[in-house]
Amino acid sequence: MGSAAPTHAAAMPVVAALTGFTLTLAACTPGTTSGAPGPLAGQTVEVAAIWTGAEQASFRTVLDTFERRTGATVRYTSGGDDLPALLNSRLAGGSPPDVALLGQPGVVAELARRGALVPLTGPAAEAVADNYDPDWRELGTVDGTLYGAYYKVSHKSVIWYRVDAFDQAGLAPPRTWAEHLAVTRTLTEAGVGTMAVPGADGWVLTDWFENVYLRLAGPQRYDQLAEHAIPWTHPTVVAALRLLRDYWAGERTIQEGAYQLKFVQAVADVFGARPKSAMLYEGDFVTVEIGRLGTVALGDGARFFAWPAIDGSPPMVITAGDQAVAMTDRPAAMALIAFLASTEAAEIAAAQGGFLSANRHLDPAAYPDPTTRDLAESLTTAEILRYDLSDLAPPAFGAGTDASMWRLLQAFLVEPESPEEVAGKLEQAARAAWEGS
Amino acid sequence: MRRRPGPWTRRNRRAALVFLAPLLLVVGTLVLIPIVQTTWTSLYSEDGSRFVGLANYVDLLTSAQTRKAISNNLVWVVVAPTVVTVLGLLFAVLTDRIRQATAFRLVLFMPMAISFLAAGVTFRLVYDEDPSRGMLNAAIVAVHDSFARPSPYPGATVRDGSGLRVSDGAILTGEVAAGDVVLLPLVAVAPDAVPDHATEAVAPPPGPGVRGMVWRDFAPEGTGRAGQADPGERGLPGVAVEVLRDGEVVARTLTDARGWFSVPDLVGGGYAVRLAAANFTPPYQGLTWLGPGLVTPAIMGSYVWVWAGFAMVVISAGLGAIPRGTLENARVDGASEWQVLRRVTVPLMRPVLLVVAVTLAVNVLKIFDLVLVLAPESAQADATVLGLEMYHTTFTKLNAGLGSAIAVLLFTLVLPGMAWRARVLRRQGVARP
Repeated sequence: MGSAAPTHAAAMPVVAALTGFTLTLAACTPGTTSGAPGPLAGQTVEVAAIWTGAEQASFRTVLDTFERRTGATVRYTSGGDDLPALLNSRLAGGSPPDVALLGQPGVVAELARRGALVPLTGPAAEAVADNYDPDWRELGTVDGTLYGAYYKVSHKSVIWYRVDAFDQAGLAPPRTWAEHLAVTRTLTEAGVGTMAVPGADGWVLTDWFENVYLRLAGPQRYDQLAEHAIPWTHPTVVAALRLLRDYWAGERTIQEGAYQLKFVQAVADVFGARPKSAMLYEGDFVTVEIGRLGTVALGDGARFFAWPAIDGSPPMVITAGDQAVAMTDRPAAMALIAFLASTEAAEIAAAQGGFLSANRHLDPAAYPDPTTRDLAESLTTAEILRYDLSDLAPPAFGAGTDASMWRLLQAFLVEPESPEEVAGKLEQAARAAWEGS
Repeated sequence: MRRRPGPWTRRNRRAALVFLAPLLLVVGTLVLIPIVQTTWTSLYSEDGSRFVGLANYVDLLTSAQTRKAISNNLVWVVVAPTVVTVLGLLFAVLTDRIRQATAFRLVLFMPMAISFLAAGVTFRLVYDEDPSRGMLNAAIVAVHDSFARPSPYPGATVRDGSGLRVSDGAILTGEVAAGDVVLLPLVAVAPDAVPDHATEAVAPPPGPGVRGMVWRDFAPEGTGRAGQADPGERGLPGVAVEVLRDGEVVARTLTDARGWFSVPDLVGGGYAVRLAAANFTPPYQGLTWLGPGLVTPAIMGSYVWVWAGFAMVVISAGLGAIPRGTLENARVDGASEWQVLRRVTVPLMRPVLLVVAVTLAVNVLKIFDLVLVLAPESAQADATVLGLEMYHTTFTKLNAGLGSAIAVLLFTLVLPGMAWRARVLRRQGVARP
């Protein structure tokens, strides 16, 4: 032991140095082998995003194309779910990445107002103006200045179901909430399982609330609530919470042990080899997990239906996305954002699967399968499109494992107390968060 | 020849300073400056722009979440070191008396080589609620099911308005008489729970006694009628049927492959048919280890797993130092092993046990990674400790002021234990030649 420890300690820097060397080599290879010195030859751009694994690989493909086009070298940094914390510490240290892809407009607004972001200009601003509808341009704008270009978007108003369970019960996808309740009851009677609600992940519950609230209260009220212009004790919020409680706490309506269930596990519980439930609500990214499980085929054994209408509400879609923002004023950063906002980048990423684009010039044929194509069409043709409310809120309220909205809805799922009481607690937390921001 | 002591002392002091300088530099930059800076930051607002005095400390002591963390920390400090020390003592005394002691100690000490992070991930699997994934619940369910057989049709029930009653999980008919055909349509039966030998449900013909059928009354939407045996619906074999009269069970039987049952020797009326709750009890799933109620004890369990080996090794060393003769004398004088442990070993070992317990208490106060990894998000509010609050406040809520205040509180709580440890070490140093 006594002699092993120093040897080990001595070996560490060597290993680290070797790894660093290999990484540097790997990072240099595309730039040096391309041979065609582009306009940015010899420059290095650092981009930070949350993606890891398959999503990181897909993003890398896009970055590789950029490297070939321009001769620049792109270094990718994965920040995981705590990306805002990473950016804050890098800012404090004076070396932010050149470009960051951020999911929460709330965070973008905060960074922009602190002066940590560079407004989009030149080719980046042109690409955004050419390729995106005003709604998306507006979402990338803070106080009248354009800061963000939406690279990837998601469709959060679909419910996924197991086709064989619906067949066994002789059911068709519901279109209204009343039909949805009837479908849930019939599934219970058939004994094939009902709805999985992964309550261990707070963000899933906020998405549930947002879909119900948008349909019950309408887009105007939704916008007001997103800005905290109406309090969370508003009767419409209480009504939405009541509807959620009636469903979540109903007899046999959802899979047991919901508050211990994680999202990835829930996908396996619905689309895995030993299914426990027949339905799962979450966004288009469920397809990635279904593909990874490989038990049922997308579009064949696993399909989706639009979130049912409540009280005759018209079709509405909740969306979210990752916008590219510039954190340094280097031309290479702008060039990368311009590329990410281009139709070419969207085509490359779409072909990888598990990706939706808000780019209006993207040919739907670029998507690899009909299910993704349907999702993209439903998203781009949606007449009423609203951004994820919890992502718009200050991070302390809406985003992160410790956010009050996540925690309060989780507590509500575990112990369905009175909706008025939860609304009161939400309002208290919202007031604190909006004052603090 | 006499030397004056003055210059020597001065030179000694200078030499001491030279030798101490690197250490002072390291301690100063890495320990002292951060402590002062943290204390300073704790007096400022969340982004450090405004001086707020002790407001962060008031927040700290009044907010429900930090109070929960403080009370959890108290439970941790009291329970975890005690359990670890007691277990360590037991292991030490027991392994002291067997031949391959080293092998045992090695196995018990092994968890120490695993980081809290890895231990947390491992125990997440051990504590998983689903018995098909969680090891602990799998074991509990296996033991439970070997005493109580799992029910054949878990979760089955009847439709509202079917004329049947559900009481305490059992399904009960109204009054029936001999000669009646009793129909018991069940729903919420999983398709794969129906055994392969079950045949299509056709109501039995009338006959003597009480007879009837239990079947899965579910046909795909739009093809079946509630309460009637439709084509494709199958009988449920193996359901325990009881016939009651005036609340007393007068006959018991099982359904056959068609779902039929009959008790031919019954005459007259005033009977009722009951399907016992044991037919339908949901499978036993074990305990929700990481739910709000059990999460802290469960995390402590994994902490004990990691540290018990350490306590054992330290106590074993102490055990080797106490005079064997004393123990032998006690045994010769007729003391039982229990008495030897209580009256001789423990009193002699008191200083070692205290050192172990206090070291662990200091260690437990700053517990963080195990809770972060092991507690599911939905139970983190119930499992929270000061270390976790400090992390979330500083890095997720970006409130450096309050986060620093928690750090200062934690530091203050650790101080007495550290001071005591330092004193013990110094005393030992003085005692030794």
